[in-house]
Amino acid sequence: MSDLLRNILRFAVLILVQVYVLNKVPHLHRFIIPYLYFLFILWLPFSVSRQWLLVIGFFTGLVLDYFTMTPGLHAAACLLIAYVRPFLISILTPKDTTEFNYREPSPKAMQWTPYLVYVLVLTLLHHGYMVFLQWLSFGSFLDFIIKVIATTGISMLLIITVELLFPRKLKFRTNTA
Amino acid sequence: MRNVFLFILRYKTFFSFLILQVVSLWFLYTYNKFHRARFLGIANEVTGRVNTQYNKVEDYFTLREENRRVHQINDSLLNLLPKNYVRADTSVQLVQDSIPFDTLGHYRRYYFRPATVVYNTVSSQKNYIQLNRGSNHGIKDNMAVLSSDGSAVGVVVGVSPNFCQVMSLLHVQQKVNASLKKSGDFGTIEWDGKDPRLLTLKGVPKSIEIKTGDTVLTSTYSFNFPPGYMVGTIAEVVTDKSTNFYVLKVKPGAKFYSLQQVFVVENLQYAEQTSLNQEARKRIEDPKKNPK
Repeated sequence: MSDLLRNILRFAVLILVQVYVLNKVPHLHRFIIPYLYFLFILWLPFSVSRQWLLVIGFFTGLVLDYFTMTPGLHAAACLLIAYVRPFLISILTPKDTTEFNYREPSPKAMQWTPYLVYVLVLTLLHHGYMVFLQWLSFGSFLDFIIKVIATTGISMLLIITVELLFPRKLKFRTNTA
Repeated sequence: MRNVFLFILRYKTFFSFLILQVVSLWFLYTYNKFHRARFLGIANEVTGRVNTQYNKVEDYFTLREENRRVHQINDSLLNLLPKNYVRADTSVQLVQDSIPFDTLGHYRRYYFRPATVVYNTVSSQKNYIQLNRGSNHGIKDNMAVLSSDGSAVGVVVGVSPNFCQVMSLLHVQQKVNASLKKSGDFGTIEWDGKDPRLLTLKGVPKSIEIKTGDTVLTSTYSFNFPPGYMVGTIAEVVTDKSTNFYVLKVKPGAKFYSLQQVFVVENLQYAEQTSLNQEARKRIEDPKKNPK
């Protein structure tokens, strides 16, 4: 399967799961809203240029926004993580490119600890910014802090579960590509 | 000048980030004015179609609950039928007239349209419901929405040709006029964004006696909701010593988790009432036209 097709499928599946499963789970607690869809941005191949990353991030958020009727909210948060992602990857991956020949971020490509740091930082940024934008129009500061921590916790749990349940196949870059 | 261009080129990623960020924040903060008019119509059609497909499956899971509600409202309607009443004088016949105007001056004020919920959430602080009826079916902004057993659900805030968006009672900006069944005192139903199982009723003076379990109905003062329909029952009375008003926690009558069939209610005099309200306010409160 080509990279493009894989990512389009992944996008569709993650958005549908977010809209029809995670947004619809019976009310757990007012601080806990499970989010998973932004995993699409975390899993984009390394080869995507920074400009494209921004555009993809923006539209991923916007598509979800039109389902949840909050135009701009998720788009802004996704844009932020799409912007920060390349910096984080360059910090967390080995500099020696001859040894490093995976296509996209995964626990196997980056080792578990750097990968988890990568996921945690981006999740925290995504939720922090999103809840911040919501908090500007409504809510108290304590709510804001607790909500960021709680949603980040539940998202981390979901992402780790997904990584363990669906280990992606090792995809090597060939010399010709 | 050349240096400016070089600078922009060098940091083009950062600038495109900034531009897109501004665009998304602009979307977010002009949502009500611009968005509802332009993009949302199109987006609504697309998400509406996807939601309808999903809803075809999801509906089966709430059928039992839905059946019970429909049966209940059928029961209450059957009890109103004229043939339930026996008159001593058999020569008198009661005929129900269904035309909007009759010779006695009765006219129709509310018009009910059935609709199906295609998307609904309760977990956000701003919950919207999408229905499969739109401007093609005569839906307009500000119409009231009642659930299949006649409990208040929300108000229509956006319409596209085939779908409409409803601001649920579980929305922190929602304000609906409600009154107590027992005493008729009215207040405002709001939601604090915390627990979707409890709404808040504010503005009821402490001079009246209130018990938990009292019924809250839609008020006669509301422009969009027909009066006398269930909003909920009082679950908790919070005494706030700083004001003279109760803060009442209300258990909503509508089951927001399992909404399936709803009624969209049109107040046929809505335009007249609101324009009169606005004009009168403008005329009285404008100091220039009213030099006293």
